[in-house]
Amino acid sequence: MMEMVNRPYAAAFEAYAVQHPEVLCLSADLTSSCEIDGFRDRHPDQFLSLGMAEQNMLSFAGGLGLAGFRPFLHSFGVFLYRRPYDQLMASVAYPRRKVRLMGFLPGVTTPGGMTHQAIEDISVMRTIPNMTVLEAGDATEVESIVAEADRVDGPVYCRILRGAVPRLFDTPIRIGQMRVLAEGEDVLVVTAGITTEEAIRARGALARAGVSVRHLHLNTLKPFDAAQIVDHAASVRHGVITLENHLVTGGIGSMVAEALAEAGLARRLIRLGLQDTYAHGGSRPYLMKHYGMDALSLVRAVERLTGQATGIDEDALGAVRIDAVHSIVKAEAL
Amino acid sequence: MHQPGGPSQARPLPAQEREPLRNEKTTEEIARGIRARVFEHTIRNNGGYLSQACSAAEQLAFLYNEGLNLGPSTMPMVPPPFGGVPSADNPDYVTGAGYNGPFDAVHDRLFIAPAHYALVAYACLIEVGRMAPEGLGMFNRDGSSVEMIGAEHSPGMEVHNGTLGIGLSTAAGLAWGRKRMGHSGQVCVFMSDGEVQEGQTWEAVQAAAHHGIDNLWAIMDVNRQQCDGAMDEVMTVGDIATKFRDFGAVVAECDAHDLKAMRAARATPHPGRPLIVLAHSRPTQGMESLMSRFPRLHYVRFKSEEERARMNIEIAAELGVAPVALEAH
Repeated sequence: MMEMVNRPYAAAFEAYAVQHPEVLCLSADLTSSCEIDGFRDRHPDQFLSLGMAEQNMLSFAGGLGLAGFRPFLHSFGVFLYRRPYDQLMASVAYPRRKVRLMGFLPGVTTPGGMTHQAIEDISVMRTIPNMTVLEAGDATEVESIVAEADRVDGPVYCRILRGAVPRLFDTPIRIGQMRVLAEGEDVLVVTAGITTEEAIRARGALARAGVSVRHLHLNTLKPFDAAQIVDHAASVRHGVITLENHLVTGGIGSMVAEALAEAGLARRLIRLGLQDTYAHGGSRPYLMKHYGMDALSLVRAVERLTGQATGIDEDALGAVRIDAVHSIVKAEAL
Repeated sequence: MHQPGGPSQARPLPAQEREPLRNEKTTEEIARGIRARVFEHTIRNNGGYLSQACSAAEQLAFLYNEGLNLGPSTMPMVPPPFGGVPSADNPDYVTGAGYNGPFDAVHDRLFIAPAHYALVAYACLIEVGRMAPEGLGMFNRDGSSVEMIGAEHSPGMEVHNGTLGIGLSTAAGLAWGRKRMGHSGQVCVFMSDGEVQEGQTWEAVQAAAHHGIDNLWAIMDVNRQQCDGAMDEVMTVGDIATKFRDFGAVVAECDAHDLKAMRAARATPHPGRPLIVLAHSRPTQGMESLMSRFPRLHYVRFKSEEERARMNIEIAAELGVAPVALEAH
């Protein structure tokens, strides 16, 4: 059975930060919401409360970076770039400060509605020069993203999962190394973050229906390994489907489209995710279903691409058992 | 070429012979030299941030000549050309902060928050012997690092402040870090009063006060002018001294053209809090002829050759320098 890990970020950040005194823990009044309340209580000297004032926090962090510290900024993803975008650009990204932006509640993982849902963060962040963009897809990646992000010589934005997080992988996140989760030959499916679990569920049902899926899990969105995407896309018969917890514009769907176009590789592409729309407040399963970001939406997209009905329905997907999965191509996936 | 400011015509000495700089010229002389250089530049280029030289000359002269503990410049007297933006592919990138001296534990750091004061700041660097006069000739030239809106790589600049309101926050972060590292050097921000219209300024003050960042201080050029004109016409800001105090700063006020008062204001104790010195200035100080343009003072561009020629004579007389010899067209 799939293991669920409770608050993986909290333990991982504390274990790492206490070993690195140049790492500072910054919070903007969402300390327990970002699982750093225990750290605040146990390590007050390494914790800086900056209140509900994100513009100051971003520039302040730039100043800390200038002094040689590596601040980890904790807030909901939206609050780290929407209001303080100017400060992010001028005080953090341009001068390549080693500021680690820990964006919690990516996409529709929050019921908080439009103001709380970071649905264009990947699109925004990946266009910023000097920025690295990572996304954790399971408990192991949440745990290992702390040290991996801190290796970046410059600013980094991370999409972080909180609370009870499934463990899908047994190897840590490595920047630039996507995980090849299946090597099928009919359809290429590209996922990241919470959509990987959906695709794993769909894959189980699709395999029984005779569809062979090649599945890539991305944890590094910038730098983007376009060459490897193109290689995988070239090795499937019917085309490519991207499934992302984000708007399809500017995110993974766009990145894959750019990669295929620049390589001159003609493959059909279906981009699943938010289709030029805001979401609203609701539970994650409801939102994923409502906006076509769940396993069944992926199955229907596969049917469109292959031109063949699979007979898969909600019940068939619900019956799929998800075991701890591993990367099948160790050399690439580590 | 005509060199305003008299004494600066002496060739700059090597760095080790330049210390201590503050004994070479008085702060008053440096302030006069700043006005003269910015005047000459503005007349020659038919435009410039002339009013900012009027209001801020004493403040920048004070900072560089006596208010700050700065080591000798680590940069060449003639500014290098633009060397590219920071990137993983540009390992040799440096900011212009080396003109203010080395980064070490004991020396102060300075941010010029209103980056459009760059022309005034460059003139000051020349006056204090940190930049060659040729540097001003590179102002706003393509491929030059001596940019119109001071960039990180421009002489005397350390961070981008062209977007107003971010300077004090950045300085607060740097000051917090320096305090934690045990540095005795402080962090100073030269600010403009228009920045109080930005919410971030207040976020920065409250954060600096909350965290007891008292190795941070700012001197603000309160000239009551902004891009659109007089601040009271554009956006009333009220009593900024009271507002700064309410947000947790220690505030001292002075006449921006009275160096004795400026010294006293800077000496105000501010344990556990940042100090904000409000330097109340006149946007035409030393160049009263500019009053004919009030309140359009943010960027002076002469409306006609006639106005340019008249200002050349009138302001030169006020400054006690020769009019700029303009080439015939």
